Amino acid sequence: MIRPPPADTDPPLLEVRRLRKLFPIHKGFARRVVGHIRAVDDVSFVIREGETLGLVGESGCGKTTTARCVLRAMTPTSGEILFRTRDGRRLDLAPLSRSELRPLRPEMQMIFQDPFGSLNPRMTLFDNVGEPLLVNGLRNRRERTERVAELLRLVGLRAEFMHRFPHAFSGGQRQRIGIARALATHPRLVVADEPVSALDVSVQAQVLNLLLELQERLHLTYLFVAHDLSVVKHISDRVAVMYVGQLVETATTAEIFSRPRHPYTAALLRAVPVPDPRVPSGDAILKGDVASPADPPPGCYFHPRCHFAVERCWTDAPALREIAPNHFARCHLADELTLEGVSADHGT
Amino acid sequence: MPPIPIATDADAATPLLSVRDLRVSFFLDEGVVRAVDGVSFDVSAGQVVGIVGESGCGKSVTMKAILQIVEEPGRITAGRILFRRRRGPGVPGDEPVDLARLHPRGAAMRAIRGAQIALIPQEPMAAFSPVHTVGDQIVEAIMLHARQWRPEGPALRRAEARRISVDLLRDVGIAMPEQRVDAYSWQLSGGLRQRAMIAMALSCKPRLLIADEPNTAIDVTKQAQVLSLLRELQRRHRTAIVFITHDLGVIAQIAQHVIVMYLGRVMETGPVDDIFHAPKHPYTRALLRSIPTLRVTPRAKLPIISGSLPHPLNRPTGCPFHPRCDVVLPEVCASRVPSLQPVGERQSASCFLHHAVEDTT
Repeated sequence: MIRPPPADTDPPLLEVRRLRKLFPIHKGFARRVVGHIRAVDDVSFVIREGETLGLVGESGCGKTTTARCVLRAMTPTSGEILFRTRDGRRLDLAPLSRSELRPLRPEMQMIFQDPFGSLNPRMTLFDNVGEPLLVNGLRNRRERTERVAELLRLVGLRAEFMHRFPHAFSGGQRQRIGIARALATHPRLVVADEPVSALDVSVQAQVLNLLLELQERLHLTYLFVAHDLSVVKHISDRVAVMYVGQLVETATTAEIFSRPRHPYTAALLRAVPVPDPRVPSGDAILKGDVASPADPPPGCYFHPRCHFAVERCWTDAPALREIAPNHFARCHLADELTLEGVSADHGT
Repeated sequence: MPPIPIATDADAATPLLSVRDLRVSFFLDEGVVRAVDGVSFDVSAGQVVGIVGESGCGKSVTMKAILQIVEEPGRITAGRILFRRRRGPGVPGDEPVDLARLHPRGAAMRAIRGAQIALIPQEPMAAFSPVHTVGDQIVEAIMLHARQWRPEGPALRRAEARRISVDLLRDVGIAMPEQRVDAYSWQLSGGLRQRAMIAMALSCKPRLLIADEPNTAIDVTKQAQVLSLLRELQRRHRTAIVFITHDLGVIAQIAQHVIVMYLGRVMETGPVDDIFHAPKHPYTRALLRSIPTLRVTPRAKLPIISGSLPHPLNRPTGCPFHPRCDVVLPEVCASRVPSLQPVGERQSASCFLHHAVEDTT
């Protein structure tokens, strides 16, 4: 472990309360609203300063929508996004207007998935990385040059590269450029949406290590969105698992991987193919498809795919409750089930 | 289902597919990209071979060469692709034919492509036509290769082909195949579309199935479903599968034999257990160390492979991996190209650590 995880008593940098984002479904000539896609449905979590929260789930579970709402790239339908600003105020970002958000933007930045699509191909690295500085009032070109050089060195690139264009760089290098740009304004919260899933296997580890290093050096707080559980395990202090717009389990990384308390988490873990032929894995125990967020099933959203579902799962929606200290699960049977996790020394 | 000629494992000693020193180059304005640069491997009947490598390693181009669907300006420049095709009208059968010599649009190649060697493409989502029903597309494939189903006697009728399609859809685990056969691909969920694609690939009982990254961009749960379906179908039909992926986890779970590629060359090959537990090539070793797995200690640093993949037009001299290799031999590796040679009883590796420099040309 590089550094001890933040203590529970540390004040949260970000607290999301009952976040909800609905997308209307229109139908017919009059574009009448006939229903809603509940992309994010009552999500609450806390991220402490200097911590990484990994947000995982299958595609369509609402993890990217959650991340975008947190950054206010989208306006949530309801809920609170409480952010502690640099000067110590606790602000609810949810109702703020564009102009009110503007001075807060430097404190929250994003790293994107696609290193090819997220950099402007017509701008040099100096312009790509320097633009957030310009936008935030650093007009002096020489100062900007110095800062860009510093940022490039910070992410392991040579400062001389700043007059080149993105096409001259490989996927891994481009992702470093994207990270440099995100760090330009000294952010405190960095939202990373699948930052390594588009990278080659041999380069993934470099970028993951870089993210860990930067976090330590700059005391960053990460909301790390990914579908790859191995990657999430590698980088997170705590993990939140999402299913059909809801959080179904949250716990510390070690805890959730070794002792999952929700059948969905356990099934996800078993589905991951382990790179060792002696460890049978990659089991398809989850049948069927994710429930539609436009028309979720009654009761527990997971019950149609759950092996342990009992009668009450069909009718009563379970609440997210604390099963063990700081371990929350949304399952009626969480106390009774013994689910298989992954132990750290497994097979080594 | 009507009786169909099944791949005979009669001559198990001769591999089903034997690729020898295959070279494919792309002739671009900027220069020549040697995408596949002397690749050799064998696939036995009923065997699952995994080809693993990063982008630009030539794994997909190798497969395109086998199917003779390399796009312009690419061309097979050298090598042999020996395939034991099934007996048929005018084809004595079971003696190897060199696919590299066949005309890509010729009748002989067409009788093999799709029928005896089938492909599950990289993006099964985009592979179906949206304006024809899934059933019609499978029927089309069956009618096109009808002789595979009934070498003698009257021609296969459309109604029969449709019945076969329904059976195929049922075979890959699609519920209510009688209704689904008339669905358009966009009416099916992602998982069902993937299964329908597999059904179509299997529609002519291929001897060799090529799965080209069928698991990229899908969730781990869907990926597990595809893996277990392929494993089960392979057990039942004894189809040989070449599985191409960059995911070492998937390779470990499905392949019996593994080929590790890097920049158009085979770095190492061997049985799956040896590759994962006794890797011989420094690239394989570094790759296995660097991937995050479920067993990692949270937030521990991973050992990395330094540098990045070279640009295809700017290949390193000598061993393609030497600029990133941690055990590079300074004098040798940058100037000479190691050939693939046996290491131990079951593995082969292209590395000067394992064989003397004099052995190579």
